[in-house]
Amino acid sequence: MELFQYPYMQRALIAALVIGLAAPALGIYLVQRRLALIGDGIGHVALTGVGAGLLLNRSPVLVAVIVATAGAIAIEVVRARGRTSGDLALALLFYGGIAGGVMLVGLSDATSATLNAYLFGSLITIFPGDLITIAVLGTAILVAMIALRPALFAISHDEEYARVSGLPVRTLNLLIAVTTAITVTIAMRAVGVLLISALMVVPVATAQQVTRGFRSTMTAAMALGLFAAGTGVWVAATADTAPGASVVLLAIASFLVVAVAAGVWRRLRRRATPAAAPTAEPHEVVLGSS
Amino acid sequence: MTTPVIAVRHATVGYDGRPVLRDISLTVSAGEVVALLGANGSGKSTLIRAVLGLVPLSAGSVTLFDRPLRRFRQWERIGYVPQRLGAGGGVPATVREVVASGRLARRGVLRPPGRADRAAVDAALRAVGLADRAADPVATLSGGQQQRTLIARALAGQPELLVLDEPTAGVDAASQEAFASALRDFVAGGGTVLLVAHELGPLRPVITRCVVVHQGGVCHDGAVPDPAGHHAEPDHDHVHPHGPDEPAGLWSN
Repeated sequence: MELFQYPYMQRALIAALVIGLAAPALGIYLVQRRLALIGDGIGHVALTGVGAGLLLNRSPVLVAVIVATAGAIAIEVVRARGRTSGDLALALLFYGGIAGGVMLVGLSDATSATLNAYLFGSLITIFPGDLITIAVLGTAILVAMIALRPALFAISHDEEYARVSGLPVRTLNLLIAVTTAITVTIAMRAVGVLLISALMVVPVATAQQVTRGFRSTMTAAMALGLFAAGTGVWVAATADTAPGASVVLLAIASFLVVAVAAGVWRRLRRRATPAAAPTAEPHEVVLGSS
Repeated sequence: MTTPVIAVRHATVGYDGRPVLRDISLTVSAGEVVALLGANGSGKSTLIRAVLGLVPLSAGSVTLFDRPLRRFRQWERIGYVPQRLGAGGGVPATVREVVASGRLARRGVLRPPGRADRAAVDAALRAVGLADRAADPVATLSGGQQQRTLIARALAGQPELLVLDEPTAGVDAASQEAFASALRDFVAGGGTVLLVAHELGPLRPVITRCVVVHQGGVCHDGAVPDPAGHHAEPDHDHVHPHGPDEPAGLWSN
């Protein structure tokens, strides 16, 4: 615990906790729309922004926010069109993004250690200015995802119905795309662009093993994200590992524990109440009913 | 003369250049319960999707409540019931959460739900007989109960017009009855209905007019057509034997 006396460690911890809360709050909508891997794709695109920032000697985080947002909007436009070639367009964007990033980082005088810090996170690179950006943007994302939950739930659950309800579907879709880009970029200092997507998706997957509703899934996923982020940073600091890797491995370990426990619980309950199982499908017609 | 709730004039709709609806016109007035009938692929579902603006017209026009579709904004006046609930990414949602989505058209995106919203959701759940399942995940319900959930979602918005896409397809008898009774109540309250159906079943007494769509055009518009053969008779039950393993109790209930 003495490690957390150092200001840089405190900053890393606070940043990780903000992201641990915000990432699953956004991720639940991505999972519901079967876009679980979109965060990963946007992370690839953000890397080009990092490279450009390093090359131009500007703040890599800021340039990455701009590039990732542009990429996310492009992805959303392709998705909304629903073209069959959308899949290939996404592949082009993703691999173009990572290749561009590696190329630009190579052209700048950054070391491979710098690149690694952006890919997998680093505890010592979060400066006070970064922390303010992370805290402000992370809080904004959190507030938006919670305040707009009924509308975002509606478009994620049934987009056509949302359109017939007169919801601003295009605007809300763009909002999700842009917040995904921002989450990826503010998380890259602490967790890394290649691993942030896991923090959006894995806590949701864990929570839905045991929850019954959307709201309870969201709450549980945020709690799990907070736990994985906080514990992951502590593990990274004590064992001197990449924080992104520790956070994600903890999230996946929680998933395994919960999945196994839920399976055992279901089996025990089924055995305890054999009379209630299994019920037949209702008849389509009932002949001679009184 | 009542104002038309829906007016489709000379509409043409095509997918990838292949026309599905050709120069079709349809008017639905307030208080009517219109059933769109037709074979699979006749274009009846496309017609209601065009009415709701979910597929673009390549010619002609649609007006809703006397307003061109393009400028129509009063979506709280319409309740839409799609064919089925998409599975989505598998995040659980309770029946109540799904039904509560029906209030968004009335409430808007930013306002949190109030007492009136909760009361309307409760009333809609009661209307379809799912009040006791409100807290259950919607994925654990039978197909018929899921369909009733979607009807409750549309009713929760307290619409004036219900548009339903095959609401009784593959739905068990209990759910068909619950649905017919919910529809009767809605019509008794002055509502207008446009529904796509395969067979009318228990809905038959509620229907005031039938429109038969054939090959992208209207081939019958008027009274409920007489049953052809043994189909659609009031006491005709659609029985699909599933082989010798029918569970006991089918005849004895």
